[in-house]
Amino acid sequence: MMEQATTSSRYILEVAGMTKHFNVGGSFGKSRKVVQAVSDVSFRIREGTTLGIVGESGCGKSTTARLIMGLIGMDCGDLLFNDRAIGRSAREMKAFRRQVQMVFQDSSASLNPRMTIEASIMFGPMVHGEDRAEARRNAHHLLERVGLDPARFAGRYPHELSGGQRQRVNIARALALKPKVVIFDESVSALDKSVEAQVLNLLIDLKREMNLTYIFISHDLNVVRYISDHVMVMYLGKVVEHGPSEALFANPAHPYTRALLASMPSLDPEKRTLSAPIAGDPPSPIDPPQACRFHPRCALARPSCLAINPALFDAGPEHVAACHRSDPKSPYWTEGEAQ
Amino acid sequence: MSADTLASGNAMPLRASRGYWSGVWLRLRRDPVSMACLTVLVLIILASAFAPLIAPGDPSVGSVARRLRPVGTPGYILGTDELGRDMLTRLLFGGRMSLTMGILPVALALLIGGTLGTIAGFVGGLTNAIIMRAADILFAFPSVLLAVAIAGALGAGFVNSLVALTVVLIPPLIRVSESATTQVRSLDFVEAARASGAGAFTIIRVHILGNIMGPVLVYASSLLSVAIIMAAGLSFIGLGARPPTPEWGLMLNTLRNSIYSQPLIAALPGVMIFIVSLSFNLLSDGLRSAMDVK
Repeated sequence: MMEQATTSSRYILEVAGMTKHFNVGGSFGKSRKVVQAVSDVSFRIREGTTLGIVGESGCGKSTTARLIMGLIGMDCGDLLFNDRAIGRSAREMKAFRRQVQMVFQDSSASLNPRMTIEASIMFGPMVHGEDRAEARRNAHHLLERVGLDPARFAGRYPHELSGGQRQRVNIARALALKPKVVIFDESVSALDKSVEAQVLNLLIDLKREMNLTYIFISHDLNVVRYISDHVMVMYLGKVVEHGPSEALFANPAHPYTRALLASMPSLDPEKRTLSAPIAGDPPSPIDPPQACRFHPRCALARPSCLAINPALFDAGPEHVAACHRSDPKSPYWTEGEAQ
Repeated sequence: MSADTLASGNAMPLRASRGYWSGVWLRLRRDPVSMACLTVLVLIILASAFAPLIAPGDPSVGSVARRLRPVGTPGYILGTDELGRDMLTRLLFGGRMSLTMGILPVALALLIGGTLGTIAGFVGGLTNAIIMRAADILFAFPSVLLAVAIAGALGAGFVNSLVALTVVLIPPLIRVSESATTQVRSLDFVEAARASGAGAFTIIRVHILGNIMGPVLVYASSLLSVAIIMAAGLSFIGLGARPPTPEWGLMLNTLRNSIYSQPLIAALPGVMIFIVSLSFNLLSDGLRSAMDVK
């Protein structure tokens, strides 16, 4: 049934060639350096599905989220919402922002400590011209919907709430603008496991009820697998693999994805991790490795991986990966095997 | 699903939440030192404000016949000054000028410096660099010297010393409000407000001001005592109030010659300056700790 929804609905959000480099240093004799936070990232999401984005710290997951939100400007690339390009004019951005909202990781830093939670939820709709009484009514309805009794919580301040309750408020705040797409940037990572499960189930209910599309960023593969229809794996600012959740977890096509999956903790003693699947830290995005950025840590790397940037190849239906060594059609597939 | 979360909400004690400022006021009220200082200041401010009604005499009418009467003279509770004017009357009237010269420049500097600092902190980049470097230039001068230089260039008088003090107090307020704004601006709730499509002005008004108000106000209150002392200092060296206007700093100067004959009377304006600036300082400290609670 989920597969049907995945293949039949239209694309709601499309990102093409999104790139963001940050300049660092460059004063007092230090040479200017460029952090390639996000390089040429492209993907699209069908309406009503969940895209999970996974990767190590510093791989550009959060930058991707902020670029989509328009909180930072992209160097180049296009963003299409419902097949329409989003202009950079202030009015278009304001309209677009209603459609895409975000829930941040730090539940306490993302609520104004001087505002009651009711006021925090009402702020967005009132910016868009909703009158106070209506905004308050909607805020109370949303609080109830996320499992917080409005009579009890509406007038509270954030520090009077627990982490899980605060994150529910953040979800209500994001939904107050009636968005079509909600981005969760590590939104459940800081919560206790039991609270995390409750919030995840709440998110699944809300998505079905309000016909939402989710982008779910996390480093927790179990969580991503639980909630996502599609999964995108990023490494040093690039997409290395992107495919339907089940296909990607069952048949990972990229060596990095395989290493990530192998590092997943499992309760099954038959599946325990015996040796570290991947060595070392990811290289600095300031000076990323040439061609395939994963080659210094890849067991399968060959000279061509150092020389030629691998393009995304079809590894299955809607499933792509960027690796010479996993693509049977690649001219570099068997390179070096003979020796 | 929602049943168990409602249950976790029920576990919290049921009580009314109160706002941040009412909490600060409650904590301040429990601090005896702060309340004593507040009482002293309110009394002095009210007494100065209603000086024409409560003062026993006229601040500018004196008599050579009754010069430098000691403290406790019948009819002149605090004695008379070098021109035979009633000291109590002059202290009450002097408070009007001295307190105004202390409070008004801080209020003006808070308005101007706070605005500039908030803009610098929120906008960042080149705007920040221009505003902060301009503040640094003013900072490079010792504050008293700068006040003396400005007041000296503009000439003596109430408005001129007001301008001088305001200019001197602006840079520290820019710096404090800028650093507070920079800290708040990087928090996620400001990002969330931007993500909801709010403009810069709305974000500053709704999300920034409420969060920087505390530290900036505490700092401004600590400047009140500095301003009162500097105002008295300007008057003392003849750059502030002009005789015969009663002003504590000026009175201290004119009574200087009588310090050997009537030391107690010569010290009285200084005692007033001391009490007021100490009270402002202690109250500012109390305010700081009352605001320090999360």
